[in-house]
Amino acid sequence: MPHSTAPDPMSAGDSQTMSETTIKPEPSTQDVAMEDAPSPAGDNKAKVELEELFDDNDSDQEFPSSVPAKSEEDLSQPTTFKISDTSTFSDPDVMRAFYQRLFPFRHFFQWLNHSAVPGPDFAHREFAFTLANGALLRYQSFPTADVFRKHCIKEVPPRFDIGPVYSTNPRDRKSLRKASAFRATSRELVFDIDMNDYDEIRTCCTGAKVCHKCWTFITMAIKVVDTALREDFSFKHILWVYSGRRGAHAWVSDKKAREMDDNRRRSLAGYLELVRGGDQGSKRVSIRRPLHPHLERSLNILKEHFQTTILAEQDPWAEKSEHLLNLIPDATLRAALQKKWDSSPSRPSASKWADIDSVAKSGALSKTSRELLEAKQDIVLEYTYPRLDADVSKKLNHLLKSPFVVHPATGRVCVPIDPKRVEEFDPLGVPTVTELLKEIDEWEGEEDEKKVHDWEKTSLKPYIDYYKTFVSGLLRDEKEQMSVKREREEQHGDAMDF
Amino acid sequence: MIRHDYSRVDPKRRANIDHKKKQFAKAEFAQQHYDHRLNFYTLPPTAEITLEEFETWAINRLKVLSELEACSFRNKSPEETAEYMTSILNKYLPLRSNTSRSQALQEERKKDHYSHYILRLAFSSTEDLRRRFSRLETMLFRLRYKEDDFKEREQFVKSLNLEWEEVGEAEKRELRDQLLAATGGKKSAAGEEQEWCKVDWERVPELVEQRRVFLRRGKAYVPQSQQMSLVVAEFTKWLDDALELTARALPRLDEDDRLAPILAHLSQSFTAPEAAYTSSDASIDGLSAIHANAIDSLSENFPLCMRNLHMNLRANSHLKHYGRLQYTLFLKGIGLSLEECIVFWRRSFKLMTDDKFQKEYRYNIRHVYGDVGGDANRRGRGYTPYSCQKILTEPLPGPGQSHGCPYRTFTPENLSALLQRVGVQDRNVLKTVREDVQKQRYHVACNRVFEYGHQREIKKVRDEGSWSATDLDTIVHPNTYFKRSWLLKHLGEGNAGMVGDDEKMEE
Ligand SMILES: [Zn+2]
Repeated sequence: MPHSTAPDPMSAGDSQTMSETTIKPEPSTQDVAMEDAPSPAGDNKAKVELEELFDDNDSDQEFPSSVPAKSEEDLSQPTTFKISDTSTFSDPDVMRAFYQRLFPFRHFFQWLNHSAVPGPDFAHREFAFTLANGALLRYQSFPTADVFRKHCIKEVPPRFDIGPVYSTNPRDRKSLRKASAFRATSRELVFDIDMNDYDEIRTCCTGAKVCHKCWTFITMAIKVVDTALREDFSFKHILWVYSGRRGAHAWVSDKKAREMDDNRRRSLAGYLELVRGGDQGSKRVSIRRPLHPHLERSLNILKEHFQTTILAEQDPWAEKSEHLLNLIPDATLRAALQKKWDSSPSRPSASKWADIDSVAKSGALSKTSRELLEAKQDIVLEYTYPRLDADVSKKLNHLLKSPFVVHPATGRVCVPIDPKRVEEFDPLGVPTVTELLKEIDEWEGEEDEKKVHDWEKTSLKPYIDYYKTFVSGLLRDEKEQMSVKREREEQHGDAMDF
Repeated sequence: MIRHDYSRVDPKRRANIDHKKKQFAKAEFAQQHYDHRLNFYTLPPTAEITLEEFETWAINRLKVLSELEACSFRNKSPEETAEYMTSILNKYLPLRSNTSRSQALQEERKKDHYSHYILRLAFSSTEDLRRRFSRLETMLFRLRYKEDDFKEREQFVKSLNLEWEEVGEAEKRELRDQLLAATGGKKSAAGEEQEWCKVDWERVPELVEQRRVFLRRGKAYVPQSQQMSLVVAEFTKWLDDALELTARALPRLDEDDRLAPILAHLSQSFTAPEAAYTSSDASIDGLSAIHANAIDSLSENFPLCMRNLHMNLRANSHLKHYGRLQYTLFLKGIGLSLEECIVFWRRSFKLMTDDKFQKEYRYNIRHVYGDVGGDANRRGRGYTPYSCQKILTEPLPGPGQSHGCPYRTFTPENLSALLQRVGVQDRNVLKTVREDVQKQRYHVACNRVFEYGHQREIKKVRDEGSWSATDLDTIVHPNTYFKRSWLLKHLGEGNAGMVGDDEKMEE
């Protein structure tokens, strides 16, 4: 029962702040007190710091576990470590075995480096390590996949995050004469969808829990966002990743996406953002008509989910129809419905939803049927449209948990999700690190002719296979773009030189 | 202002401010001819000007930009801004159209051109200054674009040679419904004649953010009617790129010791008017030291943004982080001591364990008060309470968050409901507030609600003449709102009622 020893997840977030607020940084981790991006203006800097300090990051209640102190030996050789029934994923030996035998360092490196040859895209990339004591060690960087791997095996971080690529190696940032010479230049466009934002509309679970019913919220969100990113913005290389517990992240690796400035990121996030709320329990969606094509399309994707996921499974208005009534703009109709529902309060949501039209048809409608239709569309969107943590997407330098790390509270690996088969994804079926190590031990295949990687012996295989394909597609495109660019430069050699 | 020894330099010593003169060797010292009133400032100046011109032109433009910035801080609508700016522009930076046939046409345009470049040099040194300069120059450009002669504007746009791909008839037909839906157009005859162009979506970020254009495969379909957005976005892009380049060229400019001090001075006189808060707000005559348990009753005097936070805090026994930050700074601003503030939050977070509170929240409150953290210089006062300007330019709250200005963040229905909850029942007021909000004049709406809530008291002090006009000036800071509200509601209780007798609120 590996879960029974899961460390109590404390509140406090993923971010750069907790080290400063909860622990005394060791000398080597002093950097954590720095703002998350170089900012030449002193005043500005102080403000950033203040806001971050305040950031207990309510949206993400994850907290790294308290892993016992690490051992000093570098065991990059496959270990003799045997998984036993008492092993848990917070055990550093388990984590070390995970980094040694399962984490796909090579593909991971290529994914961030956009080429097989080590270059600045990887070498100047910030990694932020969560240490066993909860501190966050920022501005780490590594020249190659191998150095990175050795580091992980040695330090066994319970978790690490990925930041931006900087203009220089982030480890050298202090030796630069001018602070402005150190700036974040690129990073994937990222999205964070967390079940937390659905708490007011999901009825099946609360808090950190997730089940198949409420996971559908995430499925819907992935469908809508993925479609918009591909069709509207023409992005191709979108990696969806399970966050290890109750959410999903997206990493858009297209060159154009990586090079977007904050302004562009903000506008793209704004385009996708719909459910906003400065207030509780009232109308969250307010949109123009005619519906923008993106919303029209999203509505078509979501409609069917509304029938199944919302009305049938979540059943949000059984026993309490107040919120639904609030969302109906027509006073006459509202009064008629109220009367009807007061007499049978436990009517299921699907019936109540149907009542709206039938009561309206029977004459209790003082506004136009178009207005009613629009109000109903708004309700469908409020209950199904993706709720993004938009702040994560708006900043080029936001840290985000890496794919394939182990979620410290569940032990599950943050595996990719294939958006083409998003309906099939089962968060509860994602293997935990301890299960995977057991699978290696129990593997009974033949190994003589061809070397079989350890991950190929486990249920992590389909995920890494998918990732491999994804990364090679990205590298292929990257290469093509480079050669087109080179050709163009050769043709217009002079033009660049003005 | 400017150091005079520099303008006293022998006018024969000319300053050539073109740092790129080597690359533009042929054009050197040439007078340029300006065909258009509007300018993208893509070509650097090439003629000589005197140091005196250099300085005065720059100062004049600076004046214009500062006034523009003040308009945005006061939340003036575009129309109000245009009206306000007319006389200022005429005085400092006139720019007439070709049809005016003015003799000074070329001279005006030259001044506009050169002053832009001088300020570009002065404000390219830091990212902050660059962003601010770019924002204000964009505002200025937009203002002028709008009032430009239609014909001349068309010619100007044509001269830019912006690479706009026109949407052909076939594609227009294919996408007709989407195009109209995206731009909110009606399917009328007029809609069909509309011309559209296709550009990379990155070129019209504002239109994308507001979902006002149709997007397909990375292209934004922009209707003729939104052309301004496109031109303005293009202007900003050019300018941002140019500023970046200028910043990199700056070290070379330092060599000209006559210009450096002028430039430095110009940028210094352009410091941010961010803080609109003075310590006088924290001391209110007649209001004795505030205790944590007094906040509930004092919240009657809070502006809607803070009242909303307070009500949310009471309802949920929690506030998310931006809300806590905004509220703590405000409470500090009304004079709640650090100790009392910690007590206030501790009691408010009823559901939280002491341990968790100590670990995760206490430090933050102390930090806001300047008790810990930051560098020593800042510790004196900690951080400044947010002004309306600051609150209005923050990102919108997400689900479950309640910071920001409710006039901006709430839907009209919810805003009405909230106002009624805090006692604004007058239908007329609610209706007018709604109109204000629709025009995005949030801060006019807030002042309107203030006036409604204090109408008797305001009448009284007006009739008595006990408060001066400045005491009743437009409120641009939540803490001013509180102070004025409290004083008005406690008239005749021993406080004379002078709001800001010696210390004036900055904006
Ligand atoms: Zn559930």
